[in-house]
Amino acid sequence: MNSISEIAKKLLDENRVSAVVGYSIGSLPNKTKTVIVKSSQQAEKLIFNNLCVNNLAIYLTKSFRLTTQKPVAVVMKGCDVKSVTGLIQEKQIEREQVFIIGVKCNGVSEDGKNLSPKCYSCKLQTPKMYDILVGEEEEKNIEFKNPFSDVEEFEKKSLDERWNFWMNELEKCVKCYACRQVCPLCYCEKCIVDKTVPRWIEPHTSKSSNLSWHITRAFHLAGRCTGCGECERACHHNIPLSLLNKKMAKVVYDNFNYQAGLDDKAKSPLADFKFQDKEDFIR
Amino acid sequence: MEEKILTSQFEPKIASFVCTWCTYTGADLAGTSRLKYEPNVRIIRLPCTGRIDYNLIIKAFENGADGILVSGCHPNDCHYSSGNFYARRRFIVFRELLQFIGIDVRRVQFAWVSAAEGAKWAKLVNKFTSEIKDLGQFTNYQKIKRDIFLEEAVI
Repeated sequence: MNSISEIAKKLLDENRVSAVVGYSIGSLPNKTKTVIVKSSQQAEKLIFNNLCVNNLAIYLTKSFRLTTQKPVAVVMKGCDVKSVTGLIQEKQIEREQVFIIGVKCNGVSEDGKNLSPKCYSCKLQTPKMYDILVGEEEEKNIEFKNPFSDVEEFEKKSLDERWNFWMNELEKCVKCYACRQVCPLCYCEKCIVDKTVPRWIEPHTSKSSNLSWHITRAFHLAGRCTGCGECERACHHNIPLSLLNKKMAKVVYDNFNYQAGLDDKAKSPLADFKFQDKEDFIR
Repeated sequence: MEEKILTSQFEPKIASFVCTWCTYTGADLAGTSRLKYEPNVRIIRLPCTGRIDYNLIIKAFENGADGILVSGCHPNDCHYSSGNFYARRRFIVFRELLQFIGIDVRRVQFAWVSAAEGAKWAKLVNKFTSEIKDLGQFTNYQKIKRDIFLEEAVI
């Protein structure tokens, strides 16, 4: 079996890619960190294990300026490839600019013990799109969970319960915007919260301005979020952001029969319409 | 007894985002036809329902609106040919998001009112205003708005 570092070494020696973005051993136990390898001597650093939870698609967005000349190789799990599909779909990068080192993933974990919540409803152990595939698929003995089960559970609550729940959660938000920075699909160079004229979202932290920010974030990702769960992982107050994202994914799936990150030719559901869309709520 | 007087005196603030080609002209027709309707609605004219950003709705709530009415051309009537179709999709999703967060979606209504439907507009506004009167003030949002003032007072 070719290991990731061998592949990276070969790619860099043959001058086919300008850099390899991958995982290396982190400074803390049970953690891995991102490494950008630019020469073949450093290629040994690259590893892959069940702690490689972060989504490296973020390094392909414009702000990192990695995709300028030669393609960039990226180590990707099945779920991360969905983000790349989203970026290609929205014309942020071209397929030729990325060299995907796909990894067969058997579930990842944030702390080394518990499986990451996204892995319970994962169907993409083998990435959908890749240039080279590494790793072996193990027999998965995890019970498959409906990805929307917690959304359905939450919807059973009454209106006031839901409102109070979100008020309690959003009160914690300090508007560090880590959820935005870490999201591979939040690539706008000027975000709506940074604009001062007109100021849609007040910059201070209060319940009402936090609510506007989180509504905005969820709505801008409606039909685009691939559910990598990075926003929730980055949030140091553990606000259940993926609950909002999942709700948006569910609405889009139920109404427009669309799932984000599966087809790079498809149109984004909110940038498209059908004559037969439902209008039972319109008077 | 006192409460009853208060509720009967409650006059809701309703922000209405309308498209200039159909509903605004329709509301104009209601005016020129001398149709009387509730004065609670504040009409904000925009080029197209496709232009109506969800942020306008949130801002209106932040600024004390009790109800919001969004109205535009009927399907296939759009001046820009497809703006209202995009708006329809957007509001399908946005309504669900509001509901999920715990905002009563009865306070946000959507309608198709054409330039010839002055009577429909008057009827719609009357009905919506009475509905909002029944629902009462939108205290949820006004409460969190009051929190800001408290925070500012502390500083």
